[in-house]
Amino acid sequence: MRSLSRIAAIFFKELAQLRRDRMTFGMVIMIPLIQLILFGYAINTNIRDIPIAVVNQDRTAISRILIQMVEATRVVEVIERYDTIEEAEAAIKSARVRAAFILPDDLAQRIVRSPATGFETPPSSDEETSRPVAQWIVDGSDTMIAGAIKGLRNMPLSEMFRQAPNRSTPTFEVALLFNPEQRTAVNIVPGLVGIILTMTMIMFTSAAIVRERERGNMEMLINTPVRSMELMIGKIIPYIFIGLLQTAIILGLGYFLFNVPLGLRPFDLLVGTLLFIGASLSLGLVLSTIAQTQLQATQMTVFLLVPSILLSGFMFPYEGMPLAAQYIAEVLPATHFMRMVRGFVLRDAGLLDLYRDVLWMCGFFVLGLAVAAFRFKKRLD
Amino acid sequence: MSADKPEVVVRAEGLVKKFKDFKAVDGLDLTIERGMIYGFLGPNGCGKTTAMRMLTGLLTPTEGKVEVLGLSVPKNAETLKYKIGYMTQTFSLYGDLTVQENLRFMATIYGLSGKKRKQRIGEVMERYELTDLKGRFAGKMSGGQRQRLALAAAVLHEPQLLFLDEPTSAVDPESRRHFWEQLFDLVEGGTSIVVTTHFMDEAERCHRIAIMEAGKKRADGSPKDLMAAMGANVVEIEGANLRDIRRKLLGTDGIVAAAQLGARLRVLVKDDIADPEGFLKAKQETGGASLIEKVRPTLEDVFVTATGEGRQ
Repeated sequence: MRSLSRIAAIFFKELAQLRRDRMTFGMVIMIPLIQLILFGYAINTNIRDIPIAVVNQDRTAISRILIQMVEATRVVEVIERYDTIEEAEAAIKSARVRAAFILPDDLAQRIVRSPATGFETPPSSDEETSRPVAQWIVDGSDTMIAGAIKGLRNMPLSEMFRQAPNRSTPTFEVALLFNPEQRTAVNIVPGLVGIILTMTMIMFTSAAIVRERERGNMEMLINTPVRSMELMIGKIIPYIFIGLLQTAIILGLGYFLFNVPLGLRPFDLLVGTLLFIGASLSLGLVLSTIAQTQLQATQMTVFLLVPSILLSGFMFPYEGMPLAAQYIAEVLPATHFMRMVRGFVLRDAGLLDLYRDVLWMCGFFVLGLAVAAFRFKKRLD
Repeated sequence: MSADKPEVVVRAEGLVKKFKDFKAVDGLDLTIERGMIYGFLGPNGCGKTTAMRMLTGLLTPTEGKVEVLGLSVPKNAETLKYKIGYMTQTFSLYGDLTVQENLRFMATIYGLSGKKRKQRIGEVMERYELTDLKGRFAGKMSGGQRQRLALAAAVLHEPQLLFLDEPTSAVDPESRRHFWEQLFDLVEGGTSIVVTTHFMDEAERCHRIAIMEAGKKRADGSPKDLMAAMGANVVEIEGANLRDIRRKLLGTDGIVAAAQLGARLRVLVKDDIADPEGFLKAKQETGGASLIEKVRPTLEDVFVTATGEGRQ
C-alpha cells in the first residue's frame, strides 16, 4: 500500500511540474503536430520536377517535340537552355540544375532509326545506325535523382508519330499490396510515431533523474524511505500518457490529412505502442542514471536518436543495410516498433504475427527498468 | 517501545571515510544522547557534513561502526529513514511546487495517508507559520520561509532524531534566532537533534558540541565545560598599534593565539601562567597598551585553542 501511494505521490508531483512547465508541455503537443505536417507533406520518394538544362544542338521542330514529351512525364522541368555542353556541365556543378538533356544535331536521323519509335525497322548491327537519340548528363551523386532520370532511358517515342504506343508485355506481373498508389505518406506517418516517441520519451526520462540531481532535490529524496523502483515507476507513468497522446495526434492527423489507414487492430496497436513507450522510457531512465547533467542526458538522447531515424527502417529499408548495421538496428527499440506499427496499421498484422518484436520489446522494457533501478543508488558514494 | 528507545541515539566508533587518498573523516568516535541538540562545529571542509552523511546512511564508512536509534548503519539505513528527519544544506524541496504540494508529497513518501496526513500537514503549517503561504511556490519564497518549509517537511513524520546540515547558512539573523527557538520546542517534544554549523553563536546554543578539524574531533563536551577546560585564559588589550603588538606577541612563550576584534586585541594565554594580566603587563611588547584585562572566554576561543594543532 505504502509503495503504491508513494508511486502515486511521485506521479502527481511529476504531473504538477510538467503542467507548470509550459514550454515542455507545449512541445509535447507541437512536436508531433508540426513534424507530422512537415514530414507528411515534405518527404516524398516519388521524385518529380527535377530541374534540368537543355542543350539543343538540333533546333528543329522534332527536337522541340521531344523536349515537350520529356517534360510531359513530369519527372523533369526544363529551367535552363544552353548552347554548349560546357555551360550545361558548369550548371550541374554549381547545382543550378541536376541534369542536362543534350540533343545532337543529327537528331532526326537518330530518331528514325531508333527502335523506340515503334517503326518496324530491322535491327541494326551497325554502330553508325543504332545509336541512342539523345544524351542525359546527370548529377549522379544523389542516387534517387539518378534513378528517376534513369527511368526515362527507355521512354517510347511512338507517340511522336501519332502511333498507338506499343503494347509491350511485361516479363513479370507485380501486384502492390497495402499501398497500391505508392504514396510515401502511408509509409512515413506510422514510422513517424516511432521517431517522435523515441525522441520525446528518451529525452524526458533521461532528464528525469538528472534534473532532481541538478536542482538539488536528490539529496533530500534519497534521505526518504522511497525505493528506487518506486521512484522509477512513478516517474515514467506520466510519460506513458504523453506517449499515447502523441501517438493519437500523429495517427489521427495522418488519417485525416494524408488518408493513412488506422488499421483494424486498435488493441494490438495500443499494446504495441505501450510496449515501445515502456522500452523507450526505461532506456531513458538508464541514461538518466549515467548522465551527470541534463546537457549530457540530451547528448546521449541525440546519440540514440540519429541511428533510430537512419537505421530503424524509417527512411531507408532495413534490408538494404549491411549485416553489421542490421545487428545495430536490431538493438534499437525503434526498429522493432517500426515493423510493429506498420504491420498493425498497414498490413493488418497482429501481435502474434510479430511475436519476435513483441518479446524483444518486453525484454528490453523489463531489463531497462531493472538496470535503472539497480544503478540508481540511494547513496552518495 | 522502550526497547527501541535507547538513551543513546547515535553511537559511532572509529569512523573513517576516505575519498580516494583524502581522509575526510579520520577516526571519529561519537556518543549522542537522547533529548539533546548535538552540534558539529568546524570550518568548511572539516568533515562535518561527511560525518553526518555516514550517520544517516548516505555514505558508507570506509572503516568503523555506526549505530543510530539502535539500528546498524548503513545495513538498516532504509528502516532508519522512517525514524529520522533530514534537512539538507541547500534547499532541496521542489521550487515549482507550492508549500502544500511539497508537504503532501513528503508526507506521502513517508507513508502518511488520509486523515493522519491532513492533520500533520495542518499542524506543521500552523507551527511553522506556513498556513498563509500554502499556495505559494517554494521557489518564490524568501530564505527564511524556505527554511521553515524545509524544517516542516523534515518533521512531518515525527522523527525521533533530526539531522540538520548547516540549517541557517542562508537566512538572516532574525530568522536564525527564531529557528533555534523552534528547535528547542522540538527537543522539548522529545526529539533529538544533530546539527552542523560554522557559526559560533549557533554552536553555543547546543547542549553538546564536537569541534572538528581536518576530519578529526578536537574537542567534545558542553560549550560551558569546553570553555572551562580550554587550557588558556583570555585577556583583552586596548590601545594604539594593536597590529604591531599582535605581531610581536605571536610566537612568544605562553601565548596560544592573538586576534584583533574591533578596537581590542584578544590574547589567549596558557593557563599554567597564574596571573595572565600581570604576565602580559610585564611584557615589553605590550608597551603601547592602554588597558589590559582578563575577560570571559567564548566558544571562539575554545575553537582557536582546540584547533591549534593543525594550524601554522
